[in-house]
Amino acid sequence: MQWLSYSTPLLQGAWVTIQLAAMSTVLGAVVSFALGLGKVTRVRVLRLPCIAVIELFRGTSLLVQLFWLYFALPVFGHAIGLDLRLPPVTAGVLALGLNIGSYGAEVVRGAVQAVPRSQHEAAKALDFTPWQILWRIALPQAIPEMMPSFSNLAVQNLKDTALVSLISLGDLAFRAEQVRNYTQDSTTVYTLLLLMYFGMALVLMAIMRVLERAVGRWRAVLRS
Amino acid sequence: MNDIHSETHDDADAIIRFEKVVKRFGATTVLNELDFEVHKGEKVSIIGPSGSGKSTVLRILMTLERIDSGLIHVAGKPLWHQYRHDQLVPAGEAHLREMRKEMGMVFQQFNLFPHMTVRRNITEAPIHVLGLSRKQARERAHKYLELVGLADQADKFPGQLSGGQQQRVAIARALAMHPNIMLFDEPTSALDPELVGEVLNVIQRLSEEHDLTMLLVTHEMQFAKQISDRVCFFDQGHIVEQAPPEELLTDPREERTREFLKGFLETNAS
Amino acid sequence: MLFGISWDTSSNAAFAASILPILLRGLLATVQASIVGFVIALALGLALAALKSSRLRVVSWPARLLAEFIRDTPLLVQLFFLYYVLPDYGIVLPAFLTGALALGVQYSAYTAEVYRAGLESVPRGQIEAAHALDLLPARVFRVIVLPQAVPRIVPALGNYLVSIMKDVPVLSVVSVLEMLNVAKIIGDRTFNYLIPLSMVGGLYLVLTIVASAGVRYLDTRLPKRGLPLR
Repeated sequence: MQWLSYSTPLLQGAWVTIQLAAMSTVLGAVVSFALGLGKVTRVRVLRLPCIAVIELFRGTSLLVQLFWLYFALPVFGHAIGLDLRLPPVTAGVLALGLNIGSYGAEVVRGAVQAVPRSQHEAAKALDFTPWQILWRIALPQAIPEMMPSFSNLAVQNLKDTALVSLISLGDLAFRAEQVRNYTQDSTTVYTLLLLMYFGMALVLMAIMRVLERAVGRWRAVLRS
Repeated sequence: MNDIHSETHDDADAIIRFEKVVKRFGATTVLNELDFEVHKGEKVSIIGPSGSGKSTVLRILMTLERIDSGLIHVAGKPLWHQYRHDQLVPAGEAHLREMRKEMGMVFQQFNLFPHMTVRRNITEAPIHVLGLSRKQARERAHKYLELVGLADQADKFPGQLSGGQQQRVAIARALAMHPNIMLFDEPTSALDPELVGEVLNVIQRLSEEHDLTMLLVTHEMQFAKQISDRVCFFDQGHIVEQAPPEELLTDPREERTREFLKGFLETNAS
Repeated sequence: MLFGISWDTSSNAAFAASILPILLRGLLATVQASIVGFVIALALGLALAALKSSRLRVVSWPARLLAEFIRDTPLLVQLFFLYYVLPDYGIVLPAFLTGALALGVQYSAYTAEVYRAGLESVPRGQIEAAHALDLLPARVFRVIVLPQAVPRIVPALGNYLVSIMKDVPVLSVVSVLEMLNVAKIIGDRTFNYLIPLSMVGGLYLVLTIVASAGVRYLDTRLPKRGLPLR
């Protein structure tokens, strides 16, 4: 029953992974809406940077982004006289959140643009401001459509957290490497590791399904 | 009935005035230096073939489309322009928002908000645009739902209602903003024939019981005959002929009008 | 010095220019790993899709579970698994192949889904009409289903190729000398991470833009109604 003795460090690592996933998912959600809505705004000053960020983070590798934030940013900061050294947690959450947020931005944009133009016109005829139209008419109809894609992105983000082990952050993958190095029992350790990630993914998918249902009720719940 | 051909007609009564309005969509000129007037309390029906610009007139009034040139006055104030230091400049969003309050629009596809109950569809704008309290808005919603005969459906969602019911809710929603001008853009064209009557009845009651100025784009000629003070026949971006319904819908003067109304005139020879 | 090329640290511009050929070697390795991984993903995905759609539940259910398992576990862990566990069972592969294999396994779950969705997108009515005409199932597949499924499948697969390219840097943990690894080594030795890593970012943008454009081109060249058969 050797695998029982692995459980403590692995569970500690799993807890770190869960926290990382939670933080980066929240950041990712915020970034998704900020960038996604920013991409459809008519204000060019806002729209172009949003497009640039989205293309940058979707067009390059997550690991490259992570390494850049952790290794390159401090050098940049040094050159301009600022201390931009990020602790592994910050670099990790930032890279994960911006990355998944850029993919999410396309989901947000697509769903918001899919709301029929006639809804916008009816709202405009009733003299709502553009902001009111977005908040009260467009988003409530768009968000239920985003949920299935958001679910996939959330699981993808969970998988991506394993990469932070490469900047020495003590997540599940990192702890597993430590245990393996110590015990050389690769098969057991990695099998356990895969199963633990799978388990977390299943839990996450269940949570997303609950959210999906809650938001789906939103489609028909705004009473007065 | 008002004699709109009278020279002595008081211009101050013109609640809507189009002067040489041009509207282009790409290479197509939909409205070609249109001159058009509607007087306060008048019920005007606009008929014509597709692409003649009739819906565009309503959409321009509802500020859903910009004009390319010309001038429009609503209730004495310019619509797509505003005065800045006594000079006429293109209207900004704030001015348009003010002007929009004069008009209410009912769309062909109803366009109710699917994620809100009937009641909320009607109260949302009065609360968040006009600043009414929730209580006041609910009272208003109830009043207009009664007017359109749907007071008992207040808690339903649009998806649970028939097309005719949805359109009646849409009418109540527009009325709840207390506009001075009601615009109906082919309100019954998307309805199954058996549901058309209930909507037309509501519009008829509205025209009889209220002082509203009404513009109705429609294909329902018989109905137009019943409720209108004046019927305008649009073709290719301008008014070919306009006259009280007894004249235009029975014995039109222009050849083009006769051609368009051929079927109707034959079945309604009186 | 790396790959026999030394770098010039006299100025930033000189540094950047001198490491570019080194990074390009890494880029080459990246592209190679992507393609090999992609081919493996195509093959494994096909097998997986076939198993998933089997009529025998004793075959299809484990296959579906396996696909879900592969989809929901990190590439990094799968890579470690293959790299450390396979030798314990007598299979010793060069790091590059292990990496490509890991990519292939991870993406086989996605390609299997692409195959399934593409095949299912062919309208039922077509297949029924073909059967009514008494065509043999093999012919129906080859002549009716496949030509109509391919225009759907190929662009989707192309997009996954682009995704694979973005996942290649993970292979650096098993010392595959792809672009990011090369940049990191240069950074480790010169303490200037900024220039190499930024250049890698730029090269990646170019790579993905070119690859995506290629996929889009392919998409426009494939008629939506299906490959024409005269």
